[in-house]
Amino acid sequence: MTELLVAMQVLLAKYSLVTAFAVVGAMVWFSYLISDRLTRGRLHGSAIAILLGLLLAYVGGLLTGGKKGIADVEVLSGIGVMGGAMLRDLAIVATAFGVRMEEFRKTGISGIVSLLAGVIVSFIVGVCVAYAFGYRDAASLTTIGGGAATYIVGPVTGTALGVESEVIALSVAAGLIKSMLVMIMTPFVAPYIGLDNPRSALIFGGLMGTTSGVAGGLAVTDPELVPYGAMTATFYTGLGCLLGPSIIFLVVRTVV
Amino acid sequence: MAIYGTALLSGCLIAGVVAGQMLGYLVGVDKNIGGVGIAMLLLIPGSDWLQRSGRMQPPTKQGILFWSSIYIPIVVAMAASQNVLAAVKGGPIALIAGVSVVLISFILVPVISRIGQPDAESVQSESLSVKDEP
Repeated sequence: MTELLVAMQVLLAKYSLVTAFAVVGAMVWFSYLISDRLTRGRLHGSAIAILLGLLLAYVGGLLTGGKKGIADVEVLSGIGVMGGAMLRDLAIVATAFGVRMEEFRKTGISGIVSLLAGVIVSFIVGVCVAYAFGYRDAASLTTIGGGAATYIVGPVTGTALGVESEVIALSVAAGLIKSMLVMIMTPFVAPYIGLDNPRSALIFGGLMGTTSGVAGGLAVTDPELVPYGAMTATFYTGLGCLLGPSIIFLVVRTVV
Repeated sequence: MAIYGTALLSGCLIAGVVAGQMLGYLVGVDKNIGGVGIAMLLLIPGSDWLQRSGRMQPPTKQGILFWSSIYIPIVVAMAASQNVLAAVKGGPIALIAGVSVVLISFILVPVISRIGQPDAESVQSESLSVKDEP
């Protein structure tokens, strides 16, 4: 019996990336089910799935004492490949496909202003908080600033700048908290910030930037506003990935 | 063929990362400066032009769309392979960063809405349907 188990382990480790696809697929399915049944779609499935991923990474750390989360469990090592910088960057760049230049122009000046303001303010807030918590190297500061932008901008920035995994994990967690808060709080604050027309939805999307958060939050507020907010939000991560590890890092390095 | 799309995507990423590394070299840091962003800036006009001139067949598109459609699962895998244990020990930094950035951004919505005030048409299409929750 144990022999069979060991043989299974070897087999799964050999097919590690395929095992990862199956496991992550099951996790995503489960998360969307929870989102649907327990939160009636209020909390988007993607946010629950990422939270589940972070939890699993925590458990992996406890089990193995390693630094790569659940990917340190040999059978699940493929998750590290699937979520590694290579495939992740490929998928992120792929999301830019289909974005039309005219659509960007349609968002107009207020869209562009809100995008720039959103990205820069997020970085400033994240960098300040990280600084307050004792981080002093420009790469880590910028990475956590990126996390305050979105849970993608943080890791992309961190990988490009070569920071430690724990800083990247912090940036993912910060971005995830942002995304979940935007999803949950938007309907409640909408009346106070004038979020009731396409123009303000567009600005809202550019300022928040987290596509899932913006789409989820606006869907509960007023479904008709979703495309406006989502339109600017989709540019946000790209802009953050462009500015974060370049201009913003250089600025942070000069200041610190 | 799907591989054409995936090859285009991969080519853009490689070019972006190489450009980013060169940029890093130029400014004197051994880091990849903005590579992913540069790759996106290559892919957007590149694919736009190919589609416009009718050179992109549907299977080619599929070769790109597949990767964008498994973006969230890949992010889930990324989250699952981080050193979360160490991050949790790092204290409430993620929570504080997340909460403060959301609050400040909310406040900025009406501020920026006032800048460059309205083309009247954009206000018209207010919706009255509040009941239908998704």
